[in-house]
Amino acid sequence: MYEVRFHGRGGQGAVTAANILAIAAVKQGFYSQSFPYFGVERRGAPVQAFTRIDDKRIDLRMNVYEPDAVVVLDPTLMSVIDVTQGLKEGGIIIINTAKKPEELGFSGYKVATVNATEIAIEHRLGSQAAPIVNTAILGAYSKAVGNVKIEHVLEAIRENAPAKKEENAKAAEAAYEKTVLGW
Amino acid sequence: MKAMIRGNESIAYAFKLARVQVVPAYPITPSTLVPEKISEFIANGEMKAEFVPVESEHSAISAAIGASARGVRVGTATASQGLALMHEVLFIASGMRLPIVMGIGNRALSAPINIWCDHQDSMSQRDTGWMQFYGENNQEGLDLGIMAFKIAEDKRVLLPAMVGLDAFVLTHTVEPVDMPEQSEVDDFLGEFKPNYVTLDPNKPATLGSFGFPEHYTEFRFAQWVAMEQAKKVIDEVFEEFEKKFGRKYRKVMPEHTEDADIIFVTMGSMSGTMREYIKKLRAQGKKVGMVKITVFRPFPKEELIEALQNAKVVAVVERNISMGFAGAVYGELAATFANKSKKPKFVDFIVGLGGRDITFNTLESVYKVAEKALTQDVDDVNWIDVNKEAVYKSEGLQ
Amino acid sequence: MELITRGAVITEPGNAVENKTGSWRVFKPVINYEKCIRCMICWQYCPEPAILKLEDEKTKKETPAAKDALKKLPVVQIDYDYCKGCGICANECPVKAIDFVMEER
Repeated sequence: MYEVRFHGRGGQGAVTAANILAIAAVKQGFYSQSFPYFGVERRGAPVQAFTRIDDKRIDLRMNVYEPDAVVVLDPTLMSVIDVTQGLKEGGIIIINTAKKPEELGFSGYKVATVNATEIAIEHRLGSQAAPIVNTAILGAYSKAVGNVKIEHVLEAIRENAPAKKEENAKAAEAAYEKTVLGW
Repeated sequence: MKAMIRGNESIAYAFKLARVQVVPAYPITPSTLVPEKISEFIANGEMKAEFVPVESEHSAISAAIGASARGVRVGTATASQGLALMHEVLFIASGMRLPIVMGIGNRALSAPINIWCDHQDSMSQRDTGWMQFYGENNQEGLDLGIMAFKIAEDKRVLLPAMVGLDAFVLTHTVEPVDMPEQSEVDDFLGEFKPNYVTLDPNKPATLGSFGFPEHYTEFRFAQWVAMEQAKKVIDEVFEEFEKKFGRKYRKVMPEHTEDADIIFVTMGSMSGTMREYIKKLRAQGKKVGMVKITVFRPFPKEELIEALQNAKVVAVVERNISMGFAGAVYGELAATFANKSKKPKFVDFIVGLGGRDITFNTLESVYKVAEKALTQDVDDVNWIDVNKEAVYKSEGLQ
Repeated sequence: MELITRGAVITEPGNAVENKTGSWRVFKPVINYEKCIRCMICWQYCPEPAILKLEDEKTKKETPAAKDALKKLPVVQIDYDYCKGCGICANECPVKAIDFVMEER
């Protein structure tokens, strides 16, 4: 069982990212499950979403407390909350930032970075003020974690992105290429 | 075909595949996506049905009764306060013997205001004469949603049915679901044939009439008989479904019970986490098993006696509480065994109210008390994961 | 959760101020006082409200203004503890005196 936690802000698409990852995992032949942190939705407030991936049917229904990987859609969240909470030792952190992994000062984890904001703006996803980075970051996930292949991520995006399907897929592809692995 | 859908969507797809003709509904968290998805199906031309936007849940169920009395297949969905607001009308639906199917996103009741999961909403409606089914996952939501129509509409039954899925834990969780073909479901359900009398201007009739003391009890007894008949019909429908679709349903599903000293009784999504927890206990050599209740009304007494009679301790794990007594499932199970000479010890555990997560730690706390109950007396009703000190303080107790 | 009250009553009035919604913000409004004409439109439109109206003489005089004559009027200030970064103030400002910038934390 592989467990992933997504950190974003209400309205940024963290829940959609978790769903699309779950769909991509099933395309690859896995079982999966994705769910939001069951809160009251508020635009801009920190939100979490989760994906479980396994090679057998997933019966577990509790929240994810010790993820194998965390995905951070918005770097400004890192000053508000501890994104590494419960993360397994040696777990993977994927962050949307212009910085290099070694500049972020994490220790004991594998850190991957990608400037998903820039990629989203290049692909005209969302507005300059509020770029939609949730598909680009999935490209980075695929590169960093590797358990769900990029072609399945792209297929899941093309089928499930609510709008601009091709641009979203291209953004994920670009992010896959540009992800910097800190290990 | 595998579809990746939320629990709410599994109810919406069940309605679509059952070719539901009228859907009166009023949105409420967490089941809002059911009417949303159905509106989308209708707007896209994928579903031929009339969506009736109403001003409250009371109106939603009233409109459902009107439509069902006219002789069409009707579905609706609600949760929590919405279901509570329907309360008085629910008796009318069952008393008029209308086979309406309603999806429930099982959610806690106010106060304090809470939108998260427990079973208090539908358990509080257990005496309204509706059948009640509880799904463990989204596949069960879809399958039970389809089967509920076949059971409810059977001429031996003619009673409405609720299909409960846990708020958020299922209603908002995306997971793979085997989606049957329309033709398979058509074949399974058959064309809807309404009750012998419907609201029809060409054949005038009075529906919802008065029942004097001379007759009222007979009508109530008729509902009792129908509920008893439903037990058999449910078995038949479950078996036919298994033959056709390959997925097995039973009113109660025992697992690892043959040699178990302790059997946990569960309902809804907690059953999955319990299954995983039992694997851990079994690996340590503990003789434990579980029984999942899928059908709560009619209450499957016979199957429960069969499944539980050889256990030493039955730990009832439930997400509802009848204040001043115990959880509803505990009370019913204890009463089921009341006249049996051989019976296990029953211990009640109140967990997961208002969305409190049911984790392995929760279940371990349950197990510890159940294990103690093997050799000594324990409390009848045990509240798990509760900050009792804070409560005693606020109530002025020490 | 150490404190429970009977019936979930909240006995302390106005404690919503403890919920500092400024953490929800991604972009923040920054007032350019050299351009601000102290018209109070942003103050009126802020839905939070997270724009303060400062009326003491010292602040009025010492805060830069587009024209000296404006220094008789109250000064607006963003309350970053509660501003959710919706951008309505920047959108409504008639003299484009509010920049809306990505926040560095």
